[in-house]
Amino acid sequence: MYPEYMAESLRKVIQTRSKRAELGRKSEPVYAPMNANERQAVLDGFHPDFKPDARRAVRIGPNRGEILTTEVADLLESHSWLRTEQVDLSKPDIETDLLIIGGGGAGCSAALVAMKERGIRSVIATKLRIGDANSMMSEGGMQAAVSPTDSPPRHYLDAIGGGHFANKPELVRALTEDAPRVVQWLEELGVVWDKQVDGSLQVLHGGGTSRKRMLSCRDHIGAMIMRTLMDEVRNHPDMITVKEFMPAVELIMDSEGRCAGAILYSMDSEEFFVVKAKSTVIATGGFGRLHIRGFDTTNHYGATGDGLVMAYRAGAKLLYMDSVQYHPTGAAFPEQLAGFLITEKVRGAGGQPVNKDGELFVFPREPRDIEASAIIRECRQNGGGIEAPSGRIGVWLDVPIIDEIHGAGYVAHHFAAHHHQFMRYKIDITKEPILIYPSLHYQNGGVEINARCETNIPGLFVAGEASGGVHGRNRLMGNSVLDYNVFGQRAGRYASEYAAQVELGRLTLSHLDKHEKELAQAEIQSTLVTPILLPSYAPAEVKKRQLARNAQTLPGSSVLHNRLHADSQRAEAK
Amino acid sequence: MGIAKSASATATSSSPVTQSGAAHDTAIDRKVTVYVMGKACEVPATATIMGAIEYAGHQIIRGAGCREGYCGACATIYRAAGDYKIRTGLACTTLVGDGMVLAQIPSVPAEKAIYDIETLRPNVSAIQQTYPVVFRCVACNTCTRSCPQDIRVMDYVQAAKRGDIAAITELSYYCVACGLCMLRCPAEITQPLVATLAKRLYGRHLSKNSPELAVRVRAVAEGSYNAEYVELMALGRESLSDRYYARDSE
Repeated sequence: MYPEYMAESLRKVIQTRSKRAELGRKSEPVYAPMNANERQAVLDGFHPDFKPDARRAVRIGPNRGEILTTEVADLLESHSWLRTEQVDLSKPDIETDLLIIGGGGAGCSAALVAMKERGIRSVIATKLRIGDANSMMSEGGMQAAVSPTDSPPRHYLDAIGGGHFANKPELVRALTEDAPRVVQWLEELGVVWDKQVDGSLQVLHGGGTSRKRMLSCRDHIGAMIMRTLMDEVRNHPDMITVKEFMPAVELIMDSEGRCAGAILYSMDSEEFFVVKAKSTVIATGGFGRLHIRGFDTTNHYGATGDGLVMAYRAGAKLLYMDSVQYHPTGAAFPEQLAGFLITEKVRGAGGQPVNKDGELFVFPREPRDIEASAIIRECRQNGGGIEAPSGRIGVWLDVPIIDEIHGAGYVAHHFAAHHHQFMRYKIDITKEPILIYPSLHYQNGGVEINARCETNIPGLFVAGEASGGVHGRNRLMGNSVLDYNVFGQRAGRYASEYAAQVELGRLTLSHLDKHEKELAQAEIQSTLVTPILLPSYAPAEVKKRQLARNAQTLPGSSVLHNRLHADSQRAEAK
Repeated sequence: MGIAKSASATATSSSPVTQSGAAHDTAIDRKVTVYVMGKACEVPATATIMGAIEYAGHQIIRGAGCREGYCGACATIYRAAGDYKIRTGLACTTLVGDGMVLAQIPSVPAEKAIYDIETLRPNVSAIQQTYPVVFRCVACNTCTRSCPQDIRVMDYVQAAKRGDIAAITELSYYCVACGLCMLRCPAEITQPLVATLAKRLYGRHLSKNSPELAVRVRAVAEGSYNAEYVELMALGRESLSDRYYARDSE
């Protein structure tokens, strides 16, 4: 239930609704889309990446001197968990052809393809449970050019324009050209796609699409695909070994400069294990739980950018780590749902962002960075926002208008998860709008890959959100679900091919000693130990008491995690 | 469908938040006492169970995943003050109440059947081969009452006994596999595993094929788009940008 003081604004949303619904029924845009100059202006003025302290030069490693997101630079200029002299690499605890780090969508796809296409056994090592990943949480859809009016090259053009033409062309081609087959492959495994009566796939628009190509599984596409992939992985225990609560904390190299596995850490017993692998896939996902610039996030608990850190220390080059995606529509009220993703499918189906006076101020389906910046501008500059009791500010996302356009019952059926979620707080989204504000959503960049998911390190492959180049500096809705499928499969294929022909040399962790030397030479003082693994949400006074522990004792997990942002509530997002 | 009805059952009736009908009010500084695995903790009155556990200083390892109600990692059992009933909820979406006694369930043991989705048939034979325990159901409805998603679990178990794969798919669509139903089931049925199997059977065997998808997949395989890709990929940024902004929209 919304507080009393919002009633007048809510009334205005209702008053303007029928006129806006009229616009929504027409084929022209309900509000003029921005041209290139207008887009640039709103980004420069209001996108969080463009704030003066949002980025800084990283002082060490393969991207040294390059301007990166400040929190990412902090993460890269940090210490390893390991005391290398304590690690015995001569007797690996596990030996495998293929080590996959991360048990989300990309990791599971890689393992399945390695097995099905190449007969390669693999080990999936994952920090939480298999499927505890952003893949599980996607709501709205997956893009694939399957309609007769659409084509894969058109999908290419939409994706590369949405990414401001910074995307690597070979990756966008792979993404868009593999898409139709991915749809079929998933259906063969048992994914239940939304369909028309005649069996053709149901398609909707998303931000930045010029054809309807958003496929869906109601508002649960992530859970539908992830649970299918997980179930299939678990059908093959003889071929795919799953190690849960066993994140990797460092890569292992060999004497020839190739990746040769990783050190895993048991979250329960706090032991480290040596895994020797002929080829290694990083599929660790993104970094939303770093709460960049203090923003709430849509991401799962373990999204702490672990893969970036490990790969960087081993010498892998990062791409576009100066760019962060804020989803335009995160919940801003009630506080318990703050930052939660409100699927873009709401706007694809005709939902409209409106200001406190119930007026449209942006075309509802701009690419995400443009849409998010326009919402921030409306709140921060134009005074069109409403402040929630928590201090968060937001604009309305008019959801009930969808029923007015498509007929009663549409919202309750197609957005059942959101309906359920808000009813817990006595907000009926079939009748009332949702207060929204951009929420930290996606890591646009990552470890640079080519279309075979190879990095600049032989034997190291990266797929999914941890990789960089596919989306340029801005990803479109529905291209991440597609990304982890396309590149997860490719990683499985090409990493298997590589594993079949490589002979590893002597194992080493000398890159970690080199990293420490670099830190010292650059005179970097950091108390941060990474990968972060898990964020801490303990209140500041609790953290202070926890930090009384002697630093020389074994690292209790909660203490280490606290070192990033002891005071994590930075003001900007509030 | 179960999901569409109000989920107020999962927010405790004793919670001041739900009594006042709002999570927004000035209660933001008000504290309540909850017992996290028996230990009393003062936490904000507006907290979710997960928020309360973390406010008390715990670093959750098992028991948090997506934190938005999709993944089922945070199954929790609790009792409210003055209430004899054991209640169930997802820690990430259930609000605390004064006097609540709670414990998270770190993992629910269950044996997944191994099967080949290709060769199973989408009828009762698949259930008989994989999860015959389903036929032990005594229709007590405890599963439905323990579901934090308000899914009619018992109804889909009945559908499983009939081999009605489409009905299981529909009824269990929003199952998050938290495992609370199978923990409470007196017949030891593993309901979420049955739900996953049924959805896969539906997608693989019962969903009508899309003719246009097959056509498109074939066109890609035959290299029909090669020339167009080669041309687009060779364009400089300027001409690519011109092409992008000039494209028509459906």
